Order: sequence, then C-alpha cells, then structure tokens
Amino acid sequence: MSTITTERADHPAAAVRDPAEKHRRIKAVVVLTLVLALLIFFALDAKAKTVKYILGERVSQEFPTKELSAGPVAWACVAIVAVALVLAALNLLRKQSVAIPVYFLAGLVFYFGFMIWEFRDQGGAFQAAISNPLPGTIAIATPLILGALAGVMCERAGVINIAIEGQFLVGAFLASVFASLIFSAFAGLVAAVVGGVLVGALLALFAIRYQVNQIVVGVVLVAFASGLTAFLVNQIPASGKGKEYLNQPPILNKVAIPGLSDIPLVGQALFTQTALVYLMYVAIVAVPFVLYQTRWGLRVRSVGEHPQAADTVGIKVNRVRWQAVLAGGGLAGLGGAYFTVGSSGSFDQDISNGQGFIALAAVIMGRWHPVGATLAALFFGFMWNLQNQVGLVGKVPNEFLGAAPYLATIIAVAGFVGRVRPPAADGEPYVKG
Amino acid sequence: MSETESPEAPAPARREPAWMSLLPTVRMTLLSIAVALAFGAVLIAISDPRVVGADSFGGALKGLGSAIGGSYWALVTGSIGSWAAFVDTLTKAAPLVCAGLGVTLAFRAGLFNIGAQGQLVLGAIFAGYVGFAMDLPVGIHLVVAVIAAGVGGALWGAIPGLLKARTGAHEVITTIMLNYVGGSLLLYLLTNVSAFGRAGQLNPRSRPVDASATFPTIFSIHIGVLLAVVATAVVWWLLERTTLGFQMKAAGANPLASRTAGMNVPRLYMYAMMIAGGLAGLGAAMTVLGQRLSLTTSFAGSLGFDAITVALLGRATPVGTLLAGLLFGALDAGGVQMQAGQGTPIQLTEVIKALIVLFVAAPAAVRGLLRLKGKAPGTTMEAKGWGG
Amino acid sequence: MQLEIRGLTKRFGSFTANDSIDLTIEPGEIHCLLGENGAGKSTLMNMLYGLLEPTEGGIFIDGKPAHFLTPADAIKAGIGMVHQHFMLVPVFTVAENVMLGREQLKSFGRLDRKAAAERVRELSSTYKLKVEPESLVESLPVGVQQRVEIIKALANDAEVLILDEPTAVLTPQETDELMEIMRSLKARGTSIIFITHKLREVKAIGDKITVIRRGKVVGTAPPSTSEAELAEMMVGRAVNLTVEKDPHPPGADVLSVKGVTVIDSRGATVVNDVSFTARAGEVLAIAGVQGNGQTELIKTLMGLIKPTAGTVELDGEDISQHGPRRSLEAGIGYIPEDRAHDGYVGSFGVDENLVLDQFRNPEFSSRGILRLDAIARNARKTVEEFDIRTETIKSSLSSLSGGNQQKVVVARELSRPLRVLIASQPTRGVDVGSIEFIHKRIIEERDRGTAVVIVSTELDEVFALADRIAVMCDGRIVDTVSPDIQREEIGLLMAGGGTHE
Repeated sequence: MSTITTERADHPAAAVRDPAEKHRRIKAVVVLTLVLALLIFFALDAKAKTVKYILGERVSQEFPTKELSAGPVAWACVAIVAVALVLAALNLLRKQSVAIPVYFLAGLVFYFGFMIWEFRDQGGAFQAAISNPLPGTIAIATPLILGALAGVMCERAGVINIAIEGQFLVGAFLASVFASLIFSAFAGLVAAVVGGVLVGALLALFAIRYQVNQIVVGVVLVAFASGLTAFLVNQIPASGKGKEYLNQPPILNKVAIPGLSDIPLVGQALFTQTALVYLMYVAIVAVPFVLYQTRWGLRVRSVGEHPQAADTVGIKVNRVRWQAVLAGGGLAGLGGAYFTVGSSGSFDQDISNGQGFIALAAVIMGRWHPVGATLAALFFGFMWNLQNQVGLVGKVPNEFLGAAPYLATIIAVAGFVGRVRPPAADGEPYVKG
Repeated sequence: MSETESPEAPAPARREPAWMSLLPTVRMTLLSIAVALAFGAVLIAISDPRVVGADSFGGALKGLGSAIGGSYWALVTGSIGSWAAFVDTLTKAAPLVCAGLGVTLAFRAGLFNIGAQGQLVLGAIFAGYVGFAMDLPVGIHLVVAVIAAGVGGALWGAIPGLLKARTGAHEVITTIMLNYVGGSLLLYLLTNVSAFGRAGQLNPRSRPVDASATFPTIFSIHIGVLLAVVATAVVWWLLERTTLGFQMKAAGANPLASRTAGMNVPRLYMYAMMIAGGLAGLGAAMTVLGQRLSLTTSFAGSLGFDAITVALLGRATPVGTLLAGLLFGALDAGGVQMQAGQGTPIQLTEVIKALIVLFVAAPAAVRGLLRLKGKAPGTTMEAKGWGG
Repeated sequence: MQLEIRGLTKRFGSFTANDSIDLTIEPGEIHCLLGENGAGKSTLMNMLYGLLEPTEGGIFIDGKPAHFLTPADAIKAGIGMVHQHFMLVPVFTVAENVMLGREQLKSFGRLDRKAAAERVRELSSTYKLKVEPESLVESLPVGVQQRVEIIKALANDAEVLILDEPTAVLTPQETDELMEIMRSLKARGTSIIFITHKLREVKAIGDKITVIRRGKVVGTAPPSTSEAELAEMMVGRAVNLTVEKDPHPPGADVLSVKGVTVIDSRGATVVNDVSFTARAGEVLAIAGVQGNGQTELIKTLMGLIKPTAGTVELDGEDISQHGPRRSLEAGIGYIPEDRAHDGYVGSFGVDENLVLDQFRNPEFSSRGILRLDAIARNARKTVEEFDIRTETIKSSLSSLSGGNQQKVVVARELSRPLRVLIASQPTRGVDVGSIEFIHKRIIEERDRGTAVVIVSTELDEVFALADRIAVMCDGRIVDTVSPDIQREEIGLLMAGGGTHE
C-alpha cells in the first residue's frame, strides 16, 4: 500500500487560521490588559513609599526584616507585563515553550505588585512584612498534590475518583489514632495509607464490581467517610486518657536536608520539611515515571483509554483498575495524614474541610496529567497561603481572597480547560463481551 | 456484538398493573435500609463506652443491648414518637425535599448538580434580605421573600448551567466551586455589610426575619412544609406531562439525539439548572423563614449535600425524593434525641444515610450480602463519564 | 497449524447466538466466513479469541483440545485478531500499541520503546506493511490503523489471523491492497479467517467459504459458487438484490448546496467547496469511503454544523444558519448515520421516540403540555404500519433489535409530509428483511415527489437506490455520475482519482 494516496491532508494550508488559536490569543490579550491595568493602579497608589519584607516565613535572627522602595519595583512590574502584553498582541507567544514562561513571569510580577500595594503604608505600631510565600505554599499544597496525584492515578485507569475527600478524612483519622496509640508519627503515616486504600477499595468495589455511577459512589463515599470519622471521633473522650491514647498524636518533625536546605531563598522552604513533604516530592517524580515509563503505567493508561483493546491483548482490565484505584487511595490517604500528624495533631470532624474536592479540581485543571495536576495543586496552595499572608493587613476583604481560588478554578475550567479530553473510558465500567 | 444479535421479536410478557413493577424497587430499598441499620448497629457496638468499657463479657453484652436498642429506639421516638417529634421531622424534611427535587430534576436532564448547598445559601441571602431589610405588608412580605429565595437560588444555578452550555465546563466542578464562593459571599455579607450583620458577635448572625415574612403555623407545623408537597407535584407534572420536561429527559438521556431532533440542549441545561437552583432556594426559604429565622454561616448545615443523597435514594424521581426526604428528615430529628438521650453521636445518622444510598445504588451488593437470588431492579444511576 | 471448531455453541439466556458450529481451518488457507449482520459471526470469533466462553463444544489445535479463557490464552496459542472496531489506543503511538500486553523492559523497569519500534520496523518491512512506529495512532488514516492491527497480531507470532469485516472502512483500492497483504501472509504459511458479508470479496480471495445463518453453519461452498447462490445461502431465501424501482422524472430543484466548506475545530478542512442540488422525485446518492466528509456535509444540511462558507438553500431560502429545529420544521426528514448516537433515546419508549422531533406539533402537544393519548395513538398506528416488532409501545428502544430500532427512526421521519429526505447509512447493521423494507419505503417517498439524499459507503446500496451518484473524496465532490457507471470507475473516483486533479 502506498501511504501517499491514502493519507489525508489534515492541515491543508497555513492560510486557514486555526480559530482556537485566535481565541487563545484574544484571551491572552484581555487577561494581560487587565493585569496591566491593575498593576498600574497598584504602582500609582504605592509610589514613594517603602515596604518591609523578609526572605523567610517569619521574622527571625536568620531572616531579619528588610525594606524596599515600593515605587520602582511596582513600575518594574508594570514594565514587564507591558512587554508580555505586546508580545501576546503581536502573536509572538505561539510556541508553548515561550508562552508558558512569559505567563508565569507575568503572574509572578502581578503577585509582587499586589503584595507591595497590600503592604504599603500601614498605620499603627506593628508593621507587617511581606514574607516568603514558599514554605507556606509547600505545606498547604502537600495534601492537595498527593490527592491530585491520587485522582490522576484512578482516572487514568478509567475510574472517576470524587472520593478523594473521603480518603483524606479516613487517612487523617487513622493517622491520628494509630500515631497516638503507638506514639509514633510514622505509624500514623502507615495507617493513613491503609485508610486511603480502604476507601479506595470501597470505591473500586462499587465502581468496578457493581458498576455504580462513579460520581454517585464518590459523593456517597465522602458522606460516609465524613459521617464515620465524625462519629468515631465523637466516641473518643475529648480529654484525659482516652484522648491521649487515641487522638493526641505526635507531629512529624521538620528535618533539614544537609546541603540542599542551605540554598538561598528556596532551600529552607523546600528542604527543611517533614517526612510527609519529602514523600510528596517522591510522589511527584514517581507518579509520572510509573505512568509513562513502566509496563504497569502503560497498562493503566490503556485500560483508561480503550479497555477492550487492553483486554484483547490479554490485560486483565478490572484487575489493573483495582490496582490503580488502590494505589491512588494510598496516595490520597497519605495526603490525609497532613491534616493530623503532618500539621496540627488531633483529628477533628471534617478536618480536611473540602480540600479533597479542590484536589479533584486540580486533577481536571491539570488535564489528567500528573505534572499538570501538581502545578494546579501548587496554585491552590499558593492562593490559600496568600490569604494567610495578607490576612493581617486586610486591604482586600479576606472573603474575596478566600473565594479567589474557587473563582479561578471556574474561570480555568470554563475558559481555558473547557473541553479538554479526559481519558476516553473514564467513568465507564468494563463489561466483557 | 452480542447485544445486536438479540432475537427479532421478544416474547410477549403477561401484563401487570403499573404499581406492581415498583415492588422490587420497594423491596430493595427496604432491604438497603435494613442492611444500613445493621452496619450502624455494628458501629455502635464497637465504639460505645457501654460496650467497650464494660468490666465483663456479660456486662458488655448487656451494654450492647442497651446501646443499640437505646440508640435506635431514641431514633424512633425522636422522629415520630410524639406530635412534637413528628413536627420536627416534617420541618427538617421539607427543605431536604425541595433541594433534593432540584438535584433530581437536574439529574434527569443529565446534570449532576452538587451545587444545592450554594444555591441554598444564595436563596437564603435573598430571602433573608427581603425578610429583615424590607418593610412590606403582612402576607405580601412572605410571598416576596419566598419568591426572592427562588430567584436567588435560580441565579446561582444558572451560572453552572450557562457555563456548561457555553463552554462545556463540567457542572460537577463548577457547582462545587460555587458552593465555596457562596459560602464566602455569605460570610462577607454577615461580617461586612451592616444591612445583614449584627455587629460584635463571635459567630456572625444576621438580624432576625420580620414576623410578617415568616411562615405561619398550623398545629405547630409551618406551612412551608406544604410547599414541599406542592413542589413535588409540580416537578412530577413538569417531567411527565410537559414538553419542557420531555425535552429535559431526552437531553439527559441522549443529548446528541436531542439536538438532532431539533432541541436546544444548551438552553435545556440552563433551564434545568435554573429550576434546580430555584427549588434549592425554596428549600432555603423554608429554613430561613420557617425554622431558623435568621442567617448564620452554618444555617444550611449539610443540607445541600444531603439533598444529593436524598435525590439518589429517591432514584431521581419526584415521589421517591419526597419519601427519601421524609426518611432523612426523620433520621435528622431522631438523631438529635439519640445524641441527647443516649450519648450516641448524631453523626451515626450520616453514616446510615450514606450506607442506605450506597446500597440502593448497588442492589447487587445487598443481594450479595444477603445471599438473595433473582434480578435486581435497575437504577437510574447508570455509569457515566465526565463527558456528560 | 490446523484449527478446528467442534460443536461450538453459545447461548445468551434463552437466545442461541451460535448453535453447534463445526469449522476446520487448514494451515495456509484463507477461509471465508460469510453471513449477514447478526448471523453470529462475531460471537463465534469472540469465542475463538477467548473474549466469550462457549456454552458447549470445543476448540482444537492440531487435534489437541484448547481452552481459551482470555485473549491471552488465544494469543499464546497463535491466534491473532483484527477487530472490526480497531482495538488500538488512539493516544498511544504505533509502537506502544504493538508492545501493549507484551512489553519489553530495560533497566529500572522502564519500557523499552526502542526495541518495540525496531520490531514494528522489522515486521513492516517483512510483510510490506508500511507504518511509522513513532506516529500517534489517532493521527493515522483508517487504512494505516488497520495495518497497525495486523502488525500487532503478527508481533504476537499469530499463525491464524482473524480479520473481522476488514474492508468496511477501506476504499476499493485499499481493499485490493489488503487482499495483496492477505496473499503474502498466506504465502508465508499464515492461515486467515476472513469474515465478511460482501460476496464479491469472498469470491476474489477465499479458498473455502463457510456460510452462517442465524447462528448455524448452513453450508460450505467453493469460491466458484455464483453470487446469487451465496446470497441465497446467506439469507435463506432467494434475494432480490435490486430494488423494484420505476424510472421517475425528476422535478424542480428543492435543495441547493452552494460552495459549502466546513473547517473542524482542529483546523482541518473536512468539507471543501461542495455544491450540488437535490431534485424533487429523485434519489441523489452520495458515495464515498467513510470519513471523507459525508458526515459533516450531512450535518451541515441539517443545520447541526454551521458551514464556514457557502449556503444550503431549501426552495431558495438559505437554511444553513438556522439550526436543526427550523430545518425539521421546514420539512426535512433526517435519518442519521449512527442511530444509537443521534437517532433515538435508548431509555425512552417507542411512543416517545416516535415523536422525538415532532412533540411540538399541535397534534402531540398544546401550550407546552403533552397530549399523551395522541402520542399513544400515533405509536400504535405507526408500529402497525411499519411492522415494528416491540412488546408494547412503552418498551424502551434499547430493548429492541437493531433492525427495529432503525425502523422506528425511519417511521418517525417518513410519517409526516416531507420536502427533502436525508438518509445517512439507512441500512447499516440491519438484517436483510429490514433492508428491503427500508429501501422500498425510501423509493415510495421519492415517488411521492420528495427530494431524497442518500449517503452510503456500500456501493450495492448506492447502485440499488440512486438516480444520480455524487462521489465524495477528501471533502470534495469529485464527480457526479449516473448509476449505469462501472463499479471500477466509481472505485477510482472514491479513491480520489478521476476527473478532478
């Protein structure tokens, strides 16, 4: 057969411009114009004043308060975004390798401009300083990243996982109980993984074995996990021996990695963290590796895209799906450990506060890709941390900043992610024959 | 493959009255409830201090009996044991039924509306504002407040409908996000806007609703409860008797075929979500104007989430939703008594609710547990992916 | 190797899909399995490939019994299968698809993609199956995807290759090339089971022909058997392969398509400057290989896709911007290509599906309220008239057989006055009895003075119905010809050769 006659010209001529690309360009210009307008407002409002900042998370001997003059920095931010806007308008950002760094820089610069505006000119004796957002972001993003990776794992195998929140809760609860009982935070981590796997097993049982609508199972499992953990924690006495033995876990210590933790600006933030955070780093590397470089990963993706095709080459579709759902459950359970042994200690009713749903949003914003999901989760972590950072200053009502990540998700899903393709067989149970 | 090779003419079956076809469904639902209660009993048994804290085996057994028996008896007496308890059940059920109907309606149109919570919040904000900030004559005040609640919910429901219609953004994500945004909005209004807030309170709480905007009561049942029954009938009529309902169901079952048949599917999504939001808003009116009489950040509790489970338990049918709402209302009312009288945490009812829905959604699981034979009734909850 | 099937039976509940089938495939033989849609060919092959478990009977390889519980067992035994719907993961590369299930690894458990690509190249040069191992499957044309499927089977050292309706998606030229490949496989000792319902192909390539009807082997025949005899064996009665049709003088232009161009969301030009007219009382058939823009063209006629350029005029008025509702109300009847996809609502009853695009008609609703009695009356009448086999008028469409589902769609569109009838693959996957019935109704509609536009990839159907044939290739209408043209010529046009370019 000659390929020449049969291959269709899918992109006949460059003369026909891709309408999607045109839309993208218009969106970029509109967004950048808005950013520029806000930055100019910030700069005008902040001229000739100084702002305090620190390179660490809070003021300490190591990280003294420093000052910068707001005006020049703000105008520098304006200049950078103006350049980005010109580039976008001239359609010079077609290549992803150029566009992504430019947009990232624009975002970063917007953040600086906003922070300068927020922290300028504070009255009163106590002057808050802009702190390094990295340590807080990493900490807050830990469960989100693990949960999002768990979601990617399940959905790549073709099982929708709305139950991440439930896996968080059971993981957090078991982590607290077992860490308290054995008096070891690490025992808590193990128990958290087991908890997540258990919820994953329920998800798999109902989604794969009984073929129930997976969104329904997920929602119900969240209700179940929330009710169950709340019921059980209420049966534990709130003080005394009962609490001490069952819900007063030791908290993971922060461990500095020699060498790496001395890197200026980011070392402290990234490499003086708990074992849980380091496990998250491992997961960030391991999940894409497993999914894209190993035999099992290839099979997982094949059952999520075209289970019949996998079946016809002898892959046991439902077995692979079970494995992926359980593995994902373990990751999400580990994420749940953050809420107890990873940060604050005792378990409390609905302690994860809906963050499992945010992890789910990160899965979709990240287009079902582990790297994308991780970045989306980091973005949420960053926004929540921002809320904490400016909470004391309060120029913008806190509730608005609180709603910002959710609004951002809506805009992203509606405007930019829109009709992105999930794995082709996501949510469809596989029945032979 | 095998499906296309089914015989040409299926053998004619004996005709049965329509209600008889419901019997398997009723049986499976009752069995699901029984299995869920059994699981609940196990939970009580392994965690109640009367059992685990007993000195002897005999003591533990006795404790077991009193813990399980006591708790479940409290559940019964607290929900239907007295007129007051029954009123409590109805009062708690009414908003659940309304919000649940919203989820049901959206479900039939192929949309998974997780946004009842946010729609309730917006409905409550609108109803509350009319209730305490506007000065209207008796009678009209209440009507305007109820309508405002519906409008508020409908507006909030319209957003995911619009986004789905225009951009294909999945409603599960947008409704979840809008729940949080709604929560933030309510918090902002209660803490920062003087028309809503009462300053200097640790827990933000709005001014109380004027008496002229609250539901009057008959035999201590507020008449908002009747509205829930009316809403059920209206939703049934809409789905079964109108061209709009016909189109919504068609769009829910096969959007492509519906579009090919000349229906405007995006617009149907919009309408379905707006009506769903309006129904949730109506639920909020019952809470704010009939039950709590002022707004707090937690006024809705887990109402919005329970609305989903109510709709699922009711198999996305209006009458089923009404019955499921009553059951959940009873569990909520009884749960309070159970916690107060027996010390069994009220969250047990949440576990039982979730288990009931889980088993109803997977009849095969109940059959497996009880070793039953025979074919289970189908569910309206077929598997579906993100695509729709 | 020799493959033997003895007394193989498969029942689904009370329905017997395969009834005691015997079949022997000798080494290096091309064995044709002939049968119409729903005869049980696919069920048989799925048992042979370990996808279905036989109810009774056995499979023997070189005389020894073999049990295939999964496809893996069948693959191990040397059986390969090219499915009608390709079993390829679209987002994987060719090499990844070929390696799936038998992956080679290098250090740290990483996939050895290089080795897989090498294997693809090796097979591709041995069997002259040209394909790039690194290309993504979804970017390949169907003919090349089919080659990937064959390579996949060969990579598993298949000695018996099952080809399930392989020519349905190919141009006549590609079909010839496939037959060439089959001959070269045969020359290397591979046996082939070739499943089809196309008589011509069976005669061209088969060494032996086994005919299956209603799940039973009704006989074997040598390739020299005449087409009429084969058809009779396949259907069980003498079949009139032509449709009774009197010449009918065409009337006025009803539907004029002028310069329609459609660019899809990926920027590809799928319909390229297409113009034609459909005339009252005439059947215009649009012939072409699947995926050459017919689907998009038809959707444009219905207003389901808005054209990038050009107009669609019904009685002189441009309807291309109106959307399907206006088109339907203007008197266009539409039988869509994929009925389960966009022809009916599976969970709805027969009665509801019969008014799916008619519920606004004052007969069936007034002021937004359905008239259930009128809808039921309509259903009873139509079920009777179109001989739709259903338990009750409330039975869900998904419980009906494929032929009856299609009859519901056809009945809905034909039971109202039409100006234009657009029918896309009106008889795909339908049994012969229903095909005859549907063809008869379409011709009746023509005789009533309706302009009829048929889209079909089956040349037999095109020749049976058409008064005029427009051949489509690569988004263009390459030529419009009369139905007395030679098959070979049309085949050439379908492949893009001919008058244009």
